[in-house]
Parts: sequence; structure tokens; C-alpha cells
Amino acid sequence: MRAARDIHAPAVLFSWQRIGAMILRNLYVLRRSWPRILELAYWPMMQMLLWGFITVFFVQHSSWVAQAAGVLISAVLLWDVLFRANLGVSLPFTEEMWARNLGQLFVSPLRVHELVASLLIMSFIRTLISVTPAALLALPLYDVWVFKLGPPLITFFANLLVMGWSVGLVASALVLRYGLGAESLCWLGVFLFAPLSGIYYPIDSLPGWLQPLAWALPSAHVFEGMRSVLFDDVFRVDLFLGAVALNVLYLALACAFFLYMAHVARQRGLLMQQGE
Amino acid sequence: MTGSSATPVATVDNLTKRFGEVTAVDSIGFSVAEGSITALLGGNGAGKTTTLAILLGLLLPTSGSVTVFGEDMLRHRYRVLPRMNFSSPYVDLPKRLSVAENLTVYAHLYGLDQARERVAKIARDMEISAFLDRSTGTLSAGQRTRVALAKALLNEPRLLLMDEPTASLDPDTSDWVRGYLESYRQRTGATILLASHNMAEVERLCDHVEMLREGKIVDRGSPADLITRYGRNTLEEVFLDIARHRRSGRIRRAAGDGKDGNVLPAAR
Repeated sequence: MRAARDIHAPAVLFSWQRIGAMILRNLYVLRRSWPRILELAYWPMMQMLLWGFITVFFVQHSSWVAQAAGVLISAVLLWDVLFRANLGVSLPFTEEMWARNLGQLFVSPLRVHELVASLLIMSFIRTLISVTPAALLALPLYDVWVFKLGPPLITFFANLLVMGWSVGLVASALVLRYGLGAESLCWLGVFLFAPLSGIYYPIDSLPGWLQPLAWALPSAHVFEGMRSVLFDDVFRVDLFLGAVALNVLYLALACAFFLYMAHVARQRGLLMQQGE
Repeated sequence: MTGSSATPVATVDNLTKRFGEVTAVDSIGFSVAEGSITALLGGNGAGKTTTLAILLGLLLPTSGSVTVFGEDMLRHRYRVLPRMNFSSPYVDLPKRLSVAENLTVYAHLYGLDQARERVAKIARDMEISAFLDRSTGTLSAGQRTRVALAKALLNEPRLLLMDEPTASLDPDTSDWVRGYLESYRQRTGATILLASHNMAEVERLCDHVEMLREGKIVDRGSPADLITRYGRNTLEEVFLDIARHRRSGRIRRAAGDGKDGNVLPAAR
């Protein structure tokens, strides 16, 4: 074992070993449960099948969709990035509450921001596991190769991933504060943003008073940017930068909210009362 | 604050915790001497678990201070948490993970080098090597207690906090746990603070007892001292006297009052 430390030495503010331990904990869960891995990939693939066949139909009956046959499939996949990124944060956190492990974690040297960092990294891993099979499936089934979006795809993916992190952190913070009775927020919270994100339709098709609200979402910038690439073959830097700026703001606010709720949980004694 | 003359590892001063209208801990103060085994003793709702949670930093007090290893726990808990650990029947380890996986995760969380070797050693000490690969959720209560204790001792804590360490265990497993705690203290010189309902356990293990009732410390001393002062034969009888607000004749005579008959003052 490591030699005895100087008790009064400053504590390490950010430890990759502790973050790695939390990632390891979540990978152990996945490794021991193949249904979980299957579940990760299952819904995106079902979505892909459903929307793929709708696309096939629309291509034959709609000139708008026919201009860019991959638009619906790409939209489905990118929406799943946002959805899965959100779940990738909130489910591993909720799992600690199901397991009544949160108290153990909070009396260990793990810091709250390290817990947050591990959740974000796990979200990235889970999102890749989720959407990659569906993205690959689109090629043989519908002759749509989403990776033809090229480098812009990475910017879309990254922006939706970060927005999913923010939503997931807020959902986790609310579950921490209000207990497992609020766990459905993990799944439902992100759908609050679906109508305003312009996943399947342009933002200017929304009522005028809703459009400013939509433009306050990074996802609206991403899906508009996606259509710009697919229809006009133009990568809109303004939309990209808008999404990045909003994501930076929202992620900072979401982290602050999570840290605040962790503080409230310590004030109210919630960390000792977790579990089913 | 306490009768012990040894260096305090933990000091609690004027600590109060309120949950709305309910005062769970009411202006208590005590210190835990280095190398001692100290018990927080009291009935349900006496404030034992709340006090432990504040000492661990799981719960923020309404007022008062907690110092551990000379550090203010409210401001610098991350400096001392690597030297502490905790075991309680009210928290679990993830049931889906194997015992080895759980211990490995916590070995890394506590920053231990050679985590695999450390897990193997603690498994031998706790006699859990045979089920290291089993899911934690499939273990019996006794096995789970040993695993929880293994997790609590992974980092060889200088201060070990335990909430009801033998709750719901059969006598054989309880005896094994107590024996291990005694040998751990002797071997490492560690300090142990435990909350318990089990009087026989406290009599056997503890050097010092803080008696709590309704959030206040109402008496303190060594088990033998308390038994003598109350004129009783066992700590359980002392506990019942305190829980039922009775004062023995000897205590009343020593206090020289005899008027307020059945009410114990809070120890400060």
C-alpha cells in the first residue's frame, strides 16, 4: 500500500485515478450484463429501421425529402446522440442511487467534480456504443452512409453530446434532490427540447414566437446545420459557433446546478437515504 | 469535552443539526482519543447516525465544528478522507458487481497502489477469498458484512467510523467482527468510533462511551465507570436508566440534588 501521507498536505484536486475508478465501475456493470449492452444499441437500431422505411416512402412521394434522401435518417441518428448522451450521464448516476452506493462514494476521496467528469466520459462511451451500430446499419438497408457528412458530422456529434451532458446533469441533480421518485426525468426531460430542436423540420416552420426559444437551444443550430450540409452542401460556421457558445454556457450552468444540489443533499441528509 | 487525556483524533464542538423543526443533534461536544474505541450509544433517534454522518462530511451541521486529524471537516474534508473509512448497514456496495470488482473500484478511489495485491490481502484477512468472484448481491448477510468491512479497511484507515457494525448478524459472525476490530486496533493503533445498540458489544470493545438521548449527550465515561456510577451490573441496565430518564440512587446522591429525580442533565 502507498506510504502514509502527510495528513496536512493539500488534497489532490483532480485525480485521473479516481475518475478511472468510476469509469471502471460502470464498465464492470456493462461487462456483467449483456442485456444492457444490447439495450444500448437496440432502440437506436429500431429507430433507424422505422425512420428508414418512412424515408424510403417519402423519397418516392416528397420532392423535399428526395432532394436529400439521408436527411431523416441523419436526423434520427443525431437525435439519438442527444438522447443517449443524456441517458449516459443520468443513468449511471441513478444507478448509484439504486445501489445505495452514493453514501459510500461521498465519504471516499472522490470529489463531486470528479464524479461529474466520470459521468461525462461514460456518456461518451455509451453514446458511441448506442449509435454506431445503427449508423452502420443504414448503409446496407437504405444506402445511406451518414459518415459522408464528413468532418461536420463530428461537430454535430460533439455539440449534441455536450447538450446531452447538460440535460443529463440537470436530470441527475433533480434525482439527487427529489429522490428516485423523479428518476423518470432521466428519460423524459430531454423530450422537452424535441419540438423546438427542429429535428425533422426547419426552425422557420415553427410559430414566430417559438423561434427565439428554439434558437436558444444548441440542438436547433445543429439540425439546421445538418440540413444545410445535406441540402446545400454548405457547412454553416455561424450555426456551429452558435451551438458551441450555447453549449459552453449550458454545461457550465448544469455543472454548477449539480454541485449546488450535491451541497443541498449534504445539508438535508439525502445522501444517507438513497435507495429503492 | 471528554474525560480522555490522550491526543484527540476527532473533536466535535457545540454541534447542532436541525431538520426543519426537528433537532436531531443538540449542541453536543466530545472528542475521540487516538487509538481508542469509542461508542456513541443511544436509542433510536438519539442522534448517533446523524453525528457519524456529520463527522464523515455526508451531512452539513446547522452549527458547530468538527475537527478530524486537526483539520476542519467542513472546509478541508478531502485532506482527511483518505485516512478515514466507514461501514454501515444503511449503505451498500453495488450488488451487480463481484466482490473483487467492488473492492478494486474502491482501492482506486482511495488512491492505493497495487490495488490487486491489496484486494487479495484484505480478502485473506476478511476470509472472503472464496467468493471474490461472486456478485455482491448473492452473498448472505454475514458475507456481505465481511465485504463491507473489507471495503472499510482497504485503505488501512487511521480513523474508522462504523454504524451498527453487527446489526442483523448471527452471534458467531458478530463475534468474529468484534474480534477483528480488536485485533485491527491493536495491530495498527487506529481509532474506531462506532454507533451501536448492542451493549455487550460496547462493553467488550469500547474504552469510552458517549451516551446520547434526544440529540444530547447525557453522560459519558468508560463502560466500567458508567456501570459503577449507576450502580448497575451491565451497560444495558445503564442504557435503560438513561433511556427511561431514570437516575440511580447513587448518581442522585453524588449529584446532591435529589429534587429533579428522574431527569439527567446533558453532559457538556
